[in-house]
Amino acid sequence: MEITSRALVAQRKKAYSRRGVYLWFIAPAVAVIFAVIVFPWIFTLWMSVNDWRIGSEIKFIGLENFATLATNTRFLSTIPRTLYFTVLAVILPVILGVFAAEVFHQNFPLRGLLRGIYVAPMMATPVAIALVFTMMFHPQVGVLNFLLSLVGIPKQLWVYSADTVIPTLALVEVWQWTPLVMLIVLGGLASLPTEPYESAVIDGANQWQMFRYITFPLILPFLMIAIIIRTIDALKSFDIIYVISQGGPGTASETINIYLYLQAFSFLQIGHASAVVVVFFTIILALAIILLVARERLRWNR
Amino acid sequence: MESVNPVRKFEIPYRLNRFFGRVALFGAVIAVVSPAIFVFFWMLSLSLKNEIDNIAYPPVFIPAPPTLDNYIKIFSESNYVLYAYNSVIVSGMATLIALLVGVPAGYGIAKGKAQGLGMLIMVARITPGLSYLIPLFMLFRALQISGTLLALTISHLVITIPMVVWVMISFFEDMHPELEEAALTDGCNVWQAFYRVAMPIARPGIAVAAILAFIQSWNNFLFGVVIAGRTTRTLPVAVFNAMTFEQLSWGPVAAAALVVTLPSLLLTIFVQRDIVTGLAAGSVKG
Repeated sequence: MEITSRALVAQRKKAYSRRGVYLWFIAPAVAVIFAVIVFPWIFTLWMSVNDWRIGSEIKFIGLENFATLATNTRFLSTIPRTLYFTVLAVILPVILGVFAAEVFHQNFPLRGLLRGIYVAPMMATPVAIALVFTMMFHPQVGVLNFLLSLVGIPKQLWVYSADTVIPTLALVEVWQWTPLVMLIVLGGLASLPTEPYESAVIDGANQWQMFRYITFPLILPFLMIAIIIRTIDALKSFDIIYVISQGGPGTASETINIYLYLQAFSFLQIGHASAVVVVFFTIILALAIILLVARERLRWNR
Repeated sequence: MESVNPVRKFEIPYRLNRFFGRVALFGAVIAVVSPAIFVFFWMLSLSLKNEIDNIAYPPVFIPAPPTLDNYIKIFSESNYVLYAYNSVIVSGMATLIALLVGVPAGYGIAKGKAQGLGMLIMVARITPGLSYLIPLFMLFRALQISGTLLALTISHLVITIPMVVWVMISFFEDMHPELEEAALTDGCNVWQAFYRVAMPIARPGIAVAAILAFIQSWNNFLFGVVIAGRTTRTLPVAVFNAMTFEQLSWGPVAAAALVVTLPSLLLTIFVQRDIVTGLAAGSVKG
């Protein structure tokens, strides 16, 4: 009795001291992370409360940058635009991704190869993809208008019209990121039990009913993960929009991220841009938290 | 007349149903895969056609005859060899440094249960890249290293380190601890248990982390477009510039786009199954 408890104490002491040792494993990473990640966060906060332009003097102005932002119509109009783009770039991949996952969950020849091809867009270089789409969207000689004309749809202006530029850019994002939703849902489908389906077949359920009442509720947690990742990534989308439309025509596709880039690196308004970063980061964090809470709720209601 | 076998009567429509099921499945497979195939096909097609065919309407689908002129042009007239070298150095170094500090960190976080640091990495991954870029840009100007490969490599650590740490945390958490425990009882110290026991077992995880970090860094455009100078451009930046300056020469742009994205696509083959771990691990666990 005595011996075991002493041994236990010794073991616990050992484990405790070992925890200290593990800190040495983390230390180098912590140093680098502070330099390239935490320092920029803090420095951004500092810049956002200063009148800071490259080439002129730096002046502390408190929250003035934020006050200006609240009345800046060009900035304010980027928020609904970003949300519009995000909604399209989340909902469509979720619907199409679930369908694709159902397809890849079946057995058919060359499945592995075809899945590899299907997944390729999400690992391709966004700039390269954006350039190819730019050429495909060309209103006069682009291949997409030709394909549409084959089925009798008139020529579209794609990214050259203020009305269609956001859905068109979202289309590229959907093309590139639906595979991620597919992979997450496919993982979910693989983990499903087979018994409910067997009894549903005996009860005479059709394919749609089986999907609606068995598959869908069971893959919902996986879908929530996909929605969270997709929302954060769509809000941050930059390469595709910047390469294809540069925020145009006019400011029709200027999302928060594009506005931020132009303010910082075209107009060199560092203080103003840093205030945008703080607001943008808050929006992303808030949405991420809302979605995480929604996911927890979902878990408890089941 | 012989009686009709009720089972057979049931079977025929069933088989028909299965046949239509097969047809519908093949239709669905084609519908799902064709957008990806078409865009890559079109990229290849543009890169193998001359300029007249590229802006012809109706479009020319199959290059006849295919020509490599566009590829010869980008490598002889532009500095693509240099840009490729820049990309390899920046992504290679950023990945290497991320592995050196990230693999032990992943191990330390998984074993030492340092949840706080895990949380920090998670927030780092949802922060927009531009948030890092402004302060780093100012820092590099102050240090007078703006426009160098060193500055680019440092900025790419923002991408590679969180990726490596994430993949390694989930890998080490899933690993059975018995072997290391045995090593520790036999008198190994913690470092030896990590270096001689855990690391060799984790080799496939390290490979996945390295490839995913490299691809993300290779594909990155934003950091390069702001920080790189004229001779330190990475491939994505070079291709973007080709588009703005040669507005309508589609062939060379498509050829360059294909050259840029090919390494990412080839590397993807090795990590196909682990893509979700790499890109989603954080959120799945959080």
